[in-house]
Amino acid sequence: METGIVSYGAYVPRYRIKPEEIGRIWGVDGKAMGKGLMINQKSVPSPDEDVVTIATEAARYMMARVPEVDPGDIGAIYVGSESHPYAVKPTATIVAESIDATPAMTAADMEFACKAGTAGIQACMGLVGSGMIRYGVAIGADTSQGAPGDALEYSASAGGAAYLIGSENVIARINKTLSFTTDTPDFWRREGQPYPLHGGRFTGEPAYFRHITSAAKMMFDAMGTTAADYEHAVFHQPNGKFPTRVSKQLGFSPEQIQYGLLTPDIGNTYSGAVPLGLANVLDHAEPGDRIFVTSYGSGAGSDAFDITVTDAIKDYKRDRAPVLESILANPVYVDYGTYAKYKGKIVMPE
Amino acid sequence: MASVAKEWREIPGRYNLKGTKCENCGRIFFPKRDFCPVCRRQSLGKIKEHPVSRVGEVFTYTVIYDAPDCNNRMKPYAAAMVRTDDGVMVTGQLVDVDLDKIEIGMRVRAVLRKLDEDGANGVIHYGFKFVPEN
Repeated sequence: METGIVSYGAYVPRYRIKPEEIGRIWGVDGKAMGKGLMINQKSVPSPDEDVVTIATEAARYMMARVPEVDPGDIGAIYVGSESHPYAVKPTATIVAESIDATPAMTAADMEFACKAGTAGIQACMGLVGSGMIRYGVAIGADTSQGAPGDALEYSASAGGAAYLIGSENVIARINKTLSFTTDTPDFWRREGQPYPLHGGRFTGEPAYFRHITSAAKMMFDAMGTTAADYEHAVFHQPNGKFPTRVSKQLGFSPEQIQYGLLTPDIGNTYSGAVPLGLANVLDHAEPGDRIFVTSYGSGAGSDAFDITVTDAIKDYKRDRAPVLESILANPVYVDYGTYAKYKGKIVMPE
Repeated sequence: MASVAKEWREIPGRYNLKGTKCENCGRIFFPKRDFCPVCRRQSLGKIKEHPVSRVGEVFTYTVIYDAPDCNNRMKPYAAAMVRTDDGVMVTGQLVDVDLDKIEIGMRVRAVLRKLDEDGANGVIHYGFKFVPEN
């Protein structure tokens, strides 16, 4: 059975901090750091926001655009994240309750570093494609962790996007998905530890670049395509530099990634990164547009998708929820002290 | 620590503003009531679940400077009485807004946010707060 995207919704918190402000605290040239990473600013969640609230907002936007879909027909909800608020107790059930999808459904939280959201899309495609469920919801969202003073602190941000996967009235058909997965320890966070560790330069060639280019080439081979066959491309974006370089290596032009690359303005939203980039592409897409998507999750793996936008996007009620351009407009900038307070980095009395 | 069962019972109201409606007189109650104080016994069997509109306007508001612990990273903050589009008065925190730009009549909508948590090991309580509509 053909499967695809029936609806989508995206959400990014309103607060931002700039690399030069972070550098000011740690005695580093933050501006140069931002320039090297191609990050102008990153999003910061409010103290009352976490993956549950971000995923819920994205899912409610997603449902607002398809009033004809009965939430009771959602058979599965998967939330992919590295920052689920609970170690044990699913984020997905809270999101499900918030969109009235309970109780005749399955739900689970997923984790695969930054690609848990796209892994959720694949799981939903399988369940819809096999006829087990009518609709599935896949969400990628994070309030990313980066140790104070570490290079990650300049990029780790917050945001997420939700996708309603089904086989009827799809606004974007998923022609194919495939993955490239190996055991590559480039980035990890142990149970109970507040911040991840990473292999520095090891996160580049043997990790991000090898997995993305391998999955992308497998997709080109499977579909008999080249970069020129796609209007848009979205790659995992831990910073602005990596996706810019990998897209060039694969033959894509800067115009093809212009909508799919949000990290320079919002930072690295981890599991939210590719889902948000794809949401921004869909905000601008026309019927017939072909979209090439490749996520990356440390540890490590890449999920590739070949997507075609359908005529149904013309009647899609996109304006019933805000598009990313308006969500990202008018951010509020905070200083490092406020950022530390908002992120809970200051130890408070119980 | 608050009772987990008590918090759990309040989930429909807290997440989705689910109240009840008396089908005898049409009054909407939020938080929900199982009995209409006006129709009394005539409301028996006629109280139905009613999702209150999640959009409305600020009826009045106040700014709180002396915050309870759950909000000590957000002070000062605003609390508002919001008249929803179906006429129900709902009180909640008003967030993601510049305090000097809040006005009576301002359009707002309910979103899900963290309300409180029972310490670092306890349950996290989620519920509605209001943000500017656009």
